[in-house]
Amino acid sequence: MSTWRFERPPGLPIPEPSDEARPFFDALREHRLVIQCCTVCGAQAHPPRAVCLACRSTDFEWREASGDGVVFSYVVTHQAVHPALVGHTPMATVEVELAEGPHLYSNLLDVPPEEVEVGMAVRVGFEDVAEGVVLPFFRRRAQ
Amino acid sequence: MTFSNSVAIVGVGETDYSRDSGRTELALALQAILAALADAGIEPRDVDGLMKWWVDTSTEAEVAANLGIPDLAWWGEINQAGNVGAALVAHAAAAIHAGLANVIVIYRGVNGRSGRRYGRGDVTGQGGRGGGAFTEPYGLLTPQHGLAMVARRRMHETGITSRHFGMQAVAQRRHANRNPRATFHERTLSLEEHQASRLIVDPFHLFDCCLETDGGGALVLMSADRARELARPPVLIRAAAQAGPGLGSPAGRAAKRLFDMAGIGRDDIDVVQIYDHFGPFVLFALEDYGFVDNAGRFVEEGGTDFDGGRLPVNTSGGHLSEAYLQGINHLIEATRQVRGESTAQVPGVEFSFCDTGIGTGAVILERSGPG
Ligand SMILES: [Zn+2]
Repeated sequence: MSTWRFERPPGLPIPEPSDEARPFFDALREHRLVIQCCTVCGAQAHPPRAVCLACRSTDFEWREASGDGVVFSYVVTHQAVHPALVGHTPMATVEVELAEGPHLYSNLLDVPPEEVEVGMAVRVGFEDVAEGVVLPFFRRRAQ
Repeated sequence: MTFSNSVAIVGVGETDYSRDSGRTELALALQAILAALADAGIEPRDVDGLMKWWVDTSTEAEVAANLGIPDLAWWGEINQAGNVGAALVAHAAAAIHAGLANVIVIYRGVNGRSGRRYGRGDVTGQGGRGGGAFTEPYGLLTPQHGLAMVARRRMHETGITSRHFGMQAVAQRRHANRNPRATFHERTLSLEEHQASRLIVDPFHLFDCCLETDGGGALVLMSADRARELARPPVLIRAAAQAGPGLGSPAGRAAKRLFDMAGIGRDDIDVVQIYDHFGPFVLFALEDYGFVDNAGRFVEEGGTDFDGGRLPVNTSGGHLSEAYLQGINHLIEATRQVRGESTAQVPGVEFSFCDTGIGTGAVILERSGPG
């Protein structure tokens, strides 16, 4: 077993959520990954929206996702094209398609950049990245 | 009524392209504007409209004051980032057609290498706010990050490869090698060199990424009727279209409107310019605009090369090999192809296509008939 572990560059931005997005980040602090769902028609949205795209409702609830997904796409930063990345390359960033449908961007905690593949099965995990700030990351999952 | 063929591009101009201009962005814009007005044979006092990229730092007030424009009747800008050049042409043509202005100059002047650098996120970074709350904390910090993500998925779905990307980069370099204005005029590129070049953000190699450039460019537009009084034949704006956020490929949505307005088909297009912030997107756009079904196969056959290709693409060298002037150099080259003045001239161009943002905007230019 590989002992490789993702080390998050400390200079990466910390989220400054909009009012619509705040419940998503509040739930992360409780280690819950939630998706905004319209209470009228059930349509899901991520990132969260102010109005339902399907029915124009403004009433939403937040449903907990299973946390399972697959890698839809990924990139590997080799050149430190931003100051926050200096000394932290190569670094992979993934686009995960959740089992429920929505996509979100993240990093893989236990997969080195050269092993990331489209279609890889992953499951969410939560990590503190700053005081009071928890973000969703992913680990490899057996299919 | 659309503005099809009622408005023309009558002048184009650019500065030298460099890594360190030693001039202000305003000075670059003015130098390009004066070159374009001289090309058109129009005095600055006859300009009554100005349009700019939202990200351009030179305001219409500064430009008007420096040119000595006596009565500015129309101005405007379009937001997003570098990808709005053709959309500006659409807005300017609509304004002229509506009688809101007579002579509109579209300008861009930028110290893209010695000043704020787009490739470092200097202009587009969000500090974790807005949509950036869901991207930047994970290392998606610059334009290349988000676009590499799209490119990787497209490779997975269609089988297009980095070697195909390299073939397009090589074709554009061959065009630049004929263009004395091009940054890479004197440097050749082979497919092997492309493949061996360092990865920037995988799947993008170095030579898939645009240059960073200090420079300026400008276009002069006026009504086609008035343009016929000028010394040089006008280049008609046959059609223009934009596509913003929505469902499906912006290029596909823009293409529908563009070709509907033009009343011609893809097969009528003689030469193509496509916004190449990243070269792979040239190939994706060829498919999304409906020019080809399989861009990988097309580029394998040399289809985009000016010398014998069925549809030459980015004949000045584009952003990869001429300069990164955010589409204004593509619009200038598309105009020159109609005039017969390109350094990689396609014979007998009647219709010249130019995208400046993978769907955010595109134009079809047409050669004007005699009289
Ligand atoms: Zn709804």
